[in-house]
Amino acid sequence: MTILTDPPKESFRLSMLIYDTRYRSLTFQAITAAVLALCIWYLGNNLIQNLRAAGLNIAFDFLGDPSGYDINQRLVEYDSQSTHARAALVGLLNTVLVAFLACVTATVFGVIAGVLRLSNNWLVSKLMAAYVEIFRNIPVLIWIIIIFTIMTAVLPGPRAFRGDDPASSMLFGSFAFTNRGIYTPMPWFESGFFASASLNWLVVLAGLVVSWIVSRRITAWATAKQEATGVRPKTMLPVLAVWLVPFLVLMLVMGLTWEIPALKGFNFQGGIKIGGPLIALWFALSIYTGAFIAENVRAGIQAISKGQTEAAAALGLRPRRVMNLVVLPQALRVIIPPLISQYLNITKNSSLAIAVGYADITATLGGITLNQTGRAIESVLLLMLFYLTASLLISFGMNLYNASVKLKER
Amino acid sequence: MSDLNYDRQIDRSKMQIGSEVAIEISEMNKWYGTFHVLRDINLTVNSGERIVICGPSGSGKSTLIRCINRLEEHQAGRIVVDGTELTNDLKNIDKIRSEVGMCFQHFNLFPHLTILENCTLAPIWVRKTPKKEAIETAMHYLEKVKIPDQANKYPGQLSGGQQQRVAIARSLCMKPRIMLFDEPTSALDPEMIKEVLDTMIELAEEGMTMICVTHEMGFARQVANRVIFMDEGQIVEQNEPEEFFNNPKSERTKLFLSQILGH
Repeated sequence: MTILTDPPKESFRLSMLIYDTRYRSLTFQAITAAVLALCIWYLGNNLIQNLRAAGLNIAFDFLGDPSGYDINQRLVEYDSQSTHARAALVGLLNTVLVAFLACVTATVFGVIAGVLRLSNNWLVSKLMAAYVEIFRNIPVLIWIIIIFTIMTAVLPGPRAFRGDDPASSMLFGSFAFTNRGIYTPMPWFESGFFASASLNWLVVLAGLVVSWIVSRRITAWATAKQEATGVRPKTMLPVLAVWLVPFLVLMLVMGLTWEIPALKGFNFQGGIKIGGPLIALWFALSIYTGAFIAENVRAGIQAISKGQTEAAAALGLRPRRVMNLVVLPQALRVIIPPLISQYLNITKNSSLAIAVGYADITATLGGITLNQTGRAIESVLLLMLFYLTASLLISFGMNLYNASVKLKER
Repeated sequence: MSDLNYDRQIDRSKMQIGSEVAIEISEMNKWYGTFHVLRDINLTVNSGERIVICGPSGSGKSTLIRCINRLEEHQAGRIVVDGTELTNDLKNIDKIRSEVGMCFQHFNLFPHLTILENCTLAPIWVRKTPKKEAIETAMHYLEKVKIPDQANKYPGQLSGGQQQRVAIARSLCMKPRIMLFDEPTSALDPEMIKEVLDTMIELAEEGMTMICVTHEMGFARQVANRVIFMDEGQIVEQNEPEEFFNNPKSERTKLFLSQILGH
């Protein structure tokens, strides 16, 4: 018979909190949490006391008051009688607009520049290197101002288009590049299904969704065919037809016409106006961030060892297939995490809009509204809340995508 | 470098050297910039031959076999594989690559694909094999290298020896007529070396034409029908294994063999 005994218990000593690995990290976490709580309590208390001393309070009812200022660039109905909340919404949509446009074009610039920088063509790769080094090493604010200045200084004013035949001085008789922005024709439907233009556009969108579903089906069919017979049918023409034919038919049925901008008085009327500030901000953010994305793309492709390409080539795969089947799926997992950061940077850098008078949320809520109402704390709080929410949403969406392309190991 | 001894009986019945020429290299030269890596290489390999190439590092042995499937370009001379000359013509390169399989020192499996997908990728996209058939072939070869149960795992989940055997199976799925091995066991532990060499011996027993860059002298002695010694970009000496190991002709070979077998 054996006698079971517990291992001798070590009695707890206070010094173990620092020297024992089991308690050490707990100790430090507890200290950090305590210090943090103290800081928050101090700052919060400070704020409340100072506000009370100055006779101020935190209230958001100023958002319901009429704003009293005009906004040039807007995506929704707005005039100076609208509320401050409405002005903030206009600014918010403007921020989302420029951030979205810049994310798309920056990605395009970045991918092209990143891939071309690895080109064997000496001139092309050096050109791309020059692009990257010039644009990422000069602050984006300076780029915004440079592009805006060039646009306003070089392009003619609307009055330059005056004359016997104003259309003749416009590009294709319908585009006008002026120092106030670019005026382009606006598509609208003469015999649309609905009276409202947005409902008609919804019909077009629905048509495109159907095309997308059908083209997915064609791709799936091609894959099934390849799995069964080994030969992948050529799908480019049918896919192209599925996208184009319904779209064109829809345009014809709904009677697509273009509203051409025309010079009336001192300015162009009709068509779509893309304001100079929007273009300057959009373009500057795109080329600036594109330079960073180019480096991410290059790093991602270079992170894939040469052995991968060689093994694929030795199996008889052609370079395009090697890129699509072997290199890119692996490179994406390296490219995406820093790409998320670049999208967040674009969103936050778009607040530099104020430099060229683009009415983003920092310019409306954080600028004019703040100055007019004196509600600095509330405005800045809302501003912070917006950027935080937007950034977290982008981050969340991109992380979902990242998880789907992540390398599976162990 | 170890001189492994195989207790197993090697079946030589199918190790027949055919009369048709599989690879013919004549007066081949290669430079890296101004550095002359391969000098006047002349080598004829008949089908069914098992050739081991050895030599000190930097002697050009890897470069030589990488020239055979155009992973490296040669600047002078001719390389003819199975009647097709290696030129800049993409069609010829494709044809040769689909006949020549290759295994690398670091396996180079595709980490984002499962073992099975690694094996079916090239048959599906290059050979245009129906997927079902490609999977059947892949499972056949995975069984041959004794890892069919790992088919749905990813390369990162396998040991080095298993990965190299998958790499061999991946090449075999293209049904090559010639196999090139570039130091296939140099990155492996001794136990794993044995499992990979066993797979290679089985391949030899089935009559595969093989060119193998390796320092496994036991393998060279028992499996190869010809051993080639290279130094400074040249073929210094080539002979049957018995003669090569017992009566090396050149001083350079003697020195190399004494270093590699001496300890």
